[in-house]
Amino acid sequence: MRYEAAQAGTLESSDCLVTLAPSGDFSFEYRSGNGGLFAERTEAMVREILERYGTPCLRVQISDQGALEATLRARLEIALERALRKE
Amino acid sequence: MLYMPGNSPGMLQHAPVFGADSVLLDLEDAVAVAEKDAARRLVAHFLRVLDFGRVEVTVRINGADTPYFETDLEEIIPARPSAVRLPKCQSPGDVLRADALMTAIEERHGMEAGTVGIHAMLETARGLEHAFEIATASPRVKALTLGGQDLTADLGVQKTREGWELFYARGRVVMAARAAGIAAFDTVWTDVDDPEGLAAEAKQIVEMGFTGKAAIHPSQIPVIHEAFRPDPREFRRAWRIVTAAEEAERQGKGVLLVDGRMVDGPIVVRAQRLLDLGVLYGMKGDETA
Repeated sequence: MRYEAAQAGTLESSDCLVTLAPSGDFSFEYRSGNGGLFAERTEAMVREILERYGTPCLRVQISDQGALEATLRARLEIALERALRKE
Repeated sequence: MLYMPGNSPGMLQHAPVFGADSVLLDLEDAVAVAEKDAARRLVAHFLRVLDFGRVEVTVRINGADTPYFETDLEEIIPARPSAVRLPKCQSPGDVLRADALMTAIEERHGMEAGTVGIHAMLETARGLEHAFEIATASPRVKALTLGGQDLTADLGVQKTREGWELFYARGRVVMAARAAGIAAFDTVWTDVDDPEGLAAEAKQIVEMGFTGKAAIHPSQIPVIHEAFRPDPREFRRAWRIVTAAEEAERQGKGVLLVDGRMVDGPIVVRAQRLLDLGVLYGMKGDETA
């Protein structure tokens, strides 16, 4: 499968901006106002969703503005689907 | 009934706390074309994990004339909202098409057929002319709802503060909904900075027989509630009428007097309806009778 760079979400409060870029490897960058408090948990969630989509090799950046898990999941899923649709 | 933009997690996560009886999570007008996919997914996730408490949740999907209609149903129905709001219903066929798609989706996801209801939006002259047929097209239809903005555009008239241009349409919606035994919901008041105008309109639509009204801002909710909350004196009188009617029935009497006036069947029915509404607002007749 091939992917293009894609984004989903916003930088508004309670939201998050997910940016995906093609890569030969998985990498994860997490920015948030809470000093990375949820970085580990979010990375585990990202890995699980990438696994489910069969796309383990992507560069994933998340700017978290205090998003709930439901929001993070929804934004990542849509970013992935947008990345795929651009193929 | 508070409209909330479907792509705004900050608002969605607070949906249960605004004091509305129901929330309308909007995938249609409040969402830009480029964000339809994101809003749909966000709403589906929130429906699955957020505890909305006693707040009824309806999702306004995109119309059957858009490329988003079927995908909206595919993602939203399995997340089990109370109902989906179908924009621009023009004929019973629009309801039947949605009904068939919803039944197939429910079946695929192991849901009982008819789990998710339909609120049919009437916002064209043609839709209004088919109001009763739309209301009775499927048992899924739980409400008719008037879309005032689109209707005035379709009629080629301006939406005025007084709202006479919608008077016939409102009467038609109430009559059809009542005949079909379902709810009738009124359109939005778009000027958030004019609560007096909203209060006057809300009072009018309550008097016309609507059972709910949509809001576009949390500040409108108490104004709408105030219009629906029965007057305490009328509520106490209704309580006396219903109590007297129950006593008369026990004693086998056909005619009764309350406050020196003769009371008959329709008055008792009206009183019971007002009493039910008051009880919803936490009013108690026996304490003040």
